[in-house]
Amino acid sequence: MNELVIDARNLCKKYGSLVAVDDLSFQVGAGEVLGFLGPNGAGKSTTMKMLTGFLAPTSGTALVNGHDIVSDSLAARRAIGYLPEGAPSYGEMTVRRFLEFVARARGFSGKNALRAAGSAIERLNLDRVPEQTIETLSKGFKRRVGLAQAIIHDPSILILDEPTDGLDPNQKHEVRHLIRDMSSEKIIVISTHLLEEVHAVCNRAMIISDGRLLVDDTPAGLIARSRYHDAVTLVVAQPERVASVLSELPQARKVELREGELTVFPAKGCKLFEVISDAIRENNWNVSELRLEAGRLDEVFRQVTQGEAA
Amino acid sequence: MTGSFFSAVFNVTRRELAGYFSTPVAWVFIVIFLVMSGVFTFYIGAFYERGIADLQPFFQFHPWLYLFLVPAIGMRLWAEERRSGTVELLLTLPITTWQAVLGKFLAAWIFIGLALDLTFPVWLTVNYLGDPDNGVILAGYIGSWLMAGGFLAIASCMSALTRNQVVAFILSVVVCFGFLLSGLPMVMNLFTGWAPQMLLDAIANFSFLVHFADISKGVIDFRDLVYFGLVMMLWLAATTLLLEMKKAD
Repeated sequence: MNELVIDARNLCKKYGSLVAVDDLSFQVGAGEVLGFLGPNGAGKSTTMKMLTGFLAPTSGTALVNGHDIVSDSLAARRAIGYLPEGAPSYGEMTVRRFLEFVARARGFSGKNALRAAGSAIERLNLDRVPEQTIETLSKGFKRRVGLAQAIIHDPSILILDEPTDGLDPNQKHEVRHLIRDMSSEKIIVISTHLLEEVHAVCNRAMIISDGRLLVDDTPAGLIARSRYHDAVTLVVAQPERVASVLSELPQARKVELREGELTVFPAKGCKLFEVISDAIRENNWNVSELRLEAGRLDEVFRQVTQGEAA
Repeated sequence: MTGSFFSAVFNVTRRELAGYFSTPVAWVFIVIFLVMSGVFTFYIGAFYERGIADLQPFFQFHPWLYLFLVPAIGMRLWAEERRSGTVELLLTLPITTWQAVLGKFLAAWIFIGLALDLTFPVWLTVNYLGDPDNGVILAGYIGSWLMAGGFLAIASCMSALTRNQVVAFILSVVVCFGFLLSGLPMVMNLFTGWAPQMLLDAIANFSFLVHFADISKGVIDFRDLVYFGLVMMLWLAATTLLLEMKKAD
């Protein structure tokens, strides 16, 4: 059985009358890369700020490596590496000085602090810029500096608030690659509103909206909730005629024609792809495109967070 | 445990101090401080014309100099951290808010002390021209630095109140002004007639001017030291409290 590393118990955070996080309980164990998904303002950041000891919960608490975040905040913080949203850092400092500062604050002294900073620089491929001031770096490099300070003490838990937000596709790819690299030895909690991110790095996803936990599943499980899951989409010459034939199939629950694309939804437990390719061959249809839908995450996301089907 | 308490404080202090000198803030402050204290001493204070070998004309304007210059240093202490979001980084490190408040305060205070030390040519001048009581001068320097600490602790607290540095500056000047003048008739008149004598004495005792004047005459009274120490501790404790309360916005 997995040892629990984060155990959140009925976390609540209120700002006046606004409830940011509402009775949130969840557990994260070793080997998990958990993605917090949710619209902006859903309470993802607030939850992370409570776990990392920045904000005190209004009620409820969480145990991090067995340390209570309210009564034993410092011990809990020691176990965590945290990248706050936007990767804030002291812009006037050089990368090396900044990392040495964090290392000393994390309890390294003297030569050990220098060594810790050096190895973080190496791990995040910052060797080209250690003597540059952080404000002169590109966004991608700044993010890497933020990740470097988060892993400097080799924490067992990494909490990353929107680690790829605002980066270009190459930088996103790079940061995800770095996160995947670290995921073998740490438990990682990331928040994002990018759905593809969940696919790219997580093995578990939680959808949060209005401070409440709505879904807790694997990315595959999440996508299987989509009504497009296992549907077949095709582009054919005479879509209306083809649609009427396909809708007769016992395996098809429904056929939809949208913008020239024909999507066939399977009846419960049925596989459609082979049946349809057989039908194409038999009827000699002129098909220019044929694909099996995995499911659409954005549709699941909207459905869950707004209660509306796409 | 005390060792690690202070090593965390000094780590913050060290970072902060290095930060001052990697931006123009430090140099601008030092230059303005030196020029202004020179102008005050030699022109307005009539240093030469008095013909007395002491630094009274130098020290007597420090309260007024600090009134604007110390809030200028203090305004960024927390407002800047909040604006740039680094406060979240700093306060999720395994250090307490109190350690961070103390560390940042110390850095600014040491920095002001440094600027104060750089006025040593004035001291050289007066020793060249005459035979001053250097004990009194040393007391003046200590008193001046303590008063700067009091101003700075107030500025630190105002800076924790807002993420806007201009607001922090103005609030600091106003509160510092109140503390500076609280012993003078123009403030006391507001209270005499209705407030009990005990309160009047207390308000009169709040004045930075009164305590600074005592010390700069060369009398380092234990009560004056306690006064400035308490002022600093209380305002820094208030800073800590405010930060804890206002972290969320």
